[in-house]
Amino acid sequence: MTMRTPLMNLLLGERGTQIFLAVLLVTAIVVPILHLAFDAGSSLHLSSYTMTLIGKYMTYALLAVAVDLVWGYCGILSLGHAAFFALGGYAMGMYLMRQIGPRGVYADPVLPDFMVFLNWKELPWFWYGFDMFWFAALMVVLVPGLLALVFGWLAFRSRVTGVYLSIITQALTYALMLAFFRNDMGFGGNNGLTDFKDILGFNINAPGTRVALFVASAVALGLGYFACRYITLSRAGRVVQAVRDAESRTRFIGYRVESYKLWIFAFSAVLAGIAGALYVPQVGIINPSEFQPINSIEIVIWVAVGGRGTLYGAVAGAVLVNYAKSYFTAAVPEFWLYALGALFVLVTLFLPRGVVGLADRFTPRRREPEPEAVKA
Amino acid sequence: MNASTAIRHGWQKVVGTGVRSDRPIAPDTTHGTILYLEDITVSFDGFKALNALTLYVDVGELRCIIGPNGAGKTTMMDVITGKTRPDAGSAWFGQQLDLLTLTEPEIAEAGIGRKFQKPTVFEQHTVLENLELAAAGNKSIWHTLFKPLTGAQRDRIDQVLETVRLQDRRDFRAGMLSHGQKQWLEIGMLLMQDSQMLLVDEPVAGMTPQEVERTAELLLSLEGQHSVVVVEHDMNFVRSIARKVTVLHEGHVLAEGSMDQVQNDPKVIEVYLGE
Repeated sequence: MTMRTPLMNLLLGERGTQIFLAVLLVTAIVVPILHLAFDAGSSLHLSSYTMTLIGKYMTYALLAVAVDLVWGYCGILSLGHAAFFALGGYAMGMYLMRQIGPRGVYADPVLPDFMVFLNWKELPWFWYGFDMFWFAALMVVLVPGLLALVFGWLAFRSRVTGVYLSIITQALTYALMLAFFRNDMGFGGNNGLTDFKDILGFNINAPGTRVALFVASAVALGLGYFACRYITLSRAGRVVQAVRDAESRTRFIGYRVESYKLWIFAFSAVLAGIAGALYVPQVGIINPSEFQPINSIEIVIWVAVGGRGTLYGAVAGAVLVNYAKSYFTAAVPEFWLYALGALFVLVTLFLPRGVVGLADRFTPRRREPEPEAVKA
Repeated sequence: MNASTAIRHGWQKVVGTGVRSDRPIAPDTTHGTILYLEDITVSFDGFKALNALTLYVDVGELRCIIGPNGAGKTTMMDVITGKTRPDAGSAWFGQQLDLLTLTEPEIAEAGIGRKFQKPTVFEQHTVLENLELAAAGNKSIWHTLFKPLTGAQRDRIDQVLETVRLQDRRDFRAGMLSHGQKQWLEIGMLLMQDSQMLLVDEPVAGMTPQEVERTAELLLSLEGQHSVVVVEHDMNFVRSIARKVTVLHEGHVLAEGSMDQVQNDPKVIEVYLGE
């Protein structure tokens, strides 16, 4: 490249990021074309199922990037990120429920079916506003973000770190799961929210809408990735990595470690929420099982398999593990959890830097780029 | 404090922006003394690690503190940096800053930098990044996220690199440096913080003779611009740099004076050589 602005350098100055960006661009362009331009009979046609699957992987990849930011860079092993993902998903699900309107089974103009079924007469106060997309979109960001701020503030202020923090994040997602399972919570109990019809006035099952959701996921992944990359390359990013490596030392040289951790954690939760909000309209359902503790652990495994502390590794890990999961759960469902466990053990033992580290080992070494501080 | 400042402070506390406190952040040293420790007592389960310790350090002074194991040298450092709170006594940085009311980061920001016994540089960061992390300035997350280093900060980095003689290592990962180089880098980080006072714990432990010599030069070059308190066991090293030596024993000051004076002090001889 001959013309390189500082911004371009920042965003593209790394082979992994270049490959990620190229693959993302090609996917975002080629997949919709294959889906829309060729009809079902053609051998080039990509089914709606496959496109939705790839779209789903992209939301997972965004979730993995969010976890990599807190774990790989800041050293906070969050085992509760699925909770933020699910909360974002629920916020979107509530909007989609309100869009059903009188087309539900019970044809109540306001109340979603499950409320009619429970004999509720009025919409609970926390469902107000969710008939408006902007409000739901705001909640997608605010609910996970505020929860992370409050939770993180309490945890980091008390200097809860390491395995203890991981355990309380598991407790958080478990508690939310139990709460959302309850019918009287008003989130549809164990059936969750489903049977969606429209999004922004478009039929949610129409090919055009599906393509739009797919492209939105790709854009969100791209933007989320670059936001994280910007953070990790900024001075704040180097502080955050210093916190990961030597927390008390960082405190000693005058940084408010708690506030750094808090904002990274909250930002990451917001990204997870956005990923969840894009996931729900594509898969068509959100239920409390999304809060399961095992889900949060799985995300960490994606990141570990891909290679933590690289961002693109997290993307690779999310896609690889989920592809394997799709394959396994179709072919030999009972072995999936064993395979996942074995994968985690093997990666931890033999590939501490994940598949990305493995790929690095087989590519010729380039000169280390000049550190940012010199240029900045 | 009225309501609006209370709200502003609360907000700054949550978001981590703004200055840390309304306290003056530089010590007032108009009387020529930078550190006042008076009658400091610290006990751990009845054992008195510090026993009515009284010690003054002048501005720009290079002071060595020696003493047998358990004399309270490390505890004294802990009290000064806010890690340990004494049971009694007072500790002032200049005439205005009561160290006992400040938190560890506030003390670091006020200008007391500590170098630990083990080198604790950020091994995954380059030499340059280590210095950059330590650079004095606004350390709030919004600032580090969106603002590059100022020109003055970059000049200071170059200057410090030269002082600690690590110019040719600037882009090396700190983890790849030799033991001595790490110690110098850490001293460089204290300089980057614009610490008026440096607490240096056993700087030459584990160093080669050349490195020891180099370290002595470095510490001597700081004299006058910074107040430096060195805790050290190595007598030859202490003799090579010391202007004034304080001998600690069982948590209080046993003797103070030039190296020759303390070495000929009968109480010191008794403690060091036995009865």
